Amino acid sequence: MNKPVDSKVDGRRGFLKAGAVVAGAAVAPGVLLYGVAHSRPPEEAASSDVRWGMLIDSAKCGDGCNDCVTACNEENGLSGANGPQDTQYIRKLDIKDLRNGRVHSLPMLCQHCENPPCVDVCPTGASMKRADGIVLVDRHICIGCRYCMMACPYKARSFVHETITDQNPEVPRGKGCVESCTFCVQRVDRDENPACVDACNANGHQAMVFGDMNDPESAISKALKSHASTEVRADLGLNTGVRYQGI
Amino acid sequence: MARLANWLRLAAMIAAAAITAAVSFPAAAGVDLPTLEKGKGEKCVEDTQYMRKNHMDLLKHHRDDTMRKGIRTTKHSLKKCIECHASEKSGSVAASKEDFCAACHSYVSVKLDCWDCHATKPGKSPQPKVGLAPLKAAVSPLLASSINGASK
Ligand code: SF4
Ligand code: SF4
Repeated sequence: MNKPVDSKVDGRRGFLKAGAVVAGAAVAPGVLLYGVAHSRPPEEAASSDVRWGMLIDSAKCGDGCNDCVTACNEENGLSGANGPQDTQYIRKLDIKDLRNGRVHSLPMLCQHCENPPCVDVCPTGASMKRADGIVLVDRHICIGCRYCMMACPYKARSFVHETITDQNPEVPRGKGCVESCTFCVQRVDRDENPACVDACNANGHQAMVFGDMNDPESAISKALKSHASTEVRADLGLNTGVRYQGI
Repeated sequence: MARLANWLRLAAMIAAAAITAAVSFPAAAGVDLPTLEKGKGEKCVEDTQYMRKNHMDLLKHHRDDTMRKGIRTTKHSLKKCIECHASEKSGSVAASKEDFCAACHSYVSVKLDCWDCHATKPGKSPQPKVGLAPLKAAVSPLLASSINGASK
């Protein structure tokens, strides 16, 4: 965003390469396995040896495609409504460069900052960063003050205004607390990709790669090594866990 | 005067005896104890008496471990309690006053706010990753599953 790179050509070539890295194993026609390498036994705590991250290629992100958002809503039990008081963990943005009219589309979500302002300002300790870099709200102690919503530069957080029923048992959420993308921590902890990433892969766009940025062998590390990527608002020095290509 | 004092003492003793009796034999005094539906499992993960007294501490400890550290053992997890104790009738632990959690807590007038956020019913358990284990060993750096997403 702040680095005006002409990455269209580069980006595409990069993509083919990234595709080659990512398409690790074909189990059956049309079924691919993607890269989360760390399996952690349930009794073991998340470790700072791992830093979960996501790389999103805006050049591959389909115009008008909303599959990541739909998958997120289903996984986390969100209504999918877009009113000012409705929860969104991930949203699709269309960005237009007014100087040359170039339009591109990208999903925006909690960036899982290494130095998260939401955690800095939280008066109760409810906003927290897990050892493996996933930023969460501990709803047991969140008092709903919404400081974190104001502090977040990416508008990634939502406040739950209404009573919620029929939650997904794996994703407890309720009125009076702030919430945001969790990288589908319940799935990551059993070695699966976040729901959005799986949905994007399933529809063939393959615009998102998820994995451990500390593991040089992971698909995301290899992609980050070989292609230029950008942090949104890198000037803030938050060292985001979500990186973009082609913006 | 002395006779009145004696009489009062006697009355107090009788009252005290009655109260003791009522406490040790509540049914005889007409107090209904909550009846609890039996869990689906063979037996609880801890001794029943221990659970009665300490379940809240176990749950709270486990909640912090899971939430803050990502420890996901199942022994003291609320989700597992619910899976075992959900009522046959309502499918829930707190939908009606007879359901497992609600039965005791309404009896002792303790309001639970667990259910503001947590589901009271067991959900569909995550699909096991069929056939992935051997593959995982073979291509470990690039692994996991997009099978759930792909098969939709
Ligand atoms: S993007 Fe916002 S909510 Fe997410 S970690 Fe950064 S400051 Fe916190
Ligand atoms: S709303 Fe909750 S998580 Fe956010 S700053 Fe306040 S107490 Fe912390």
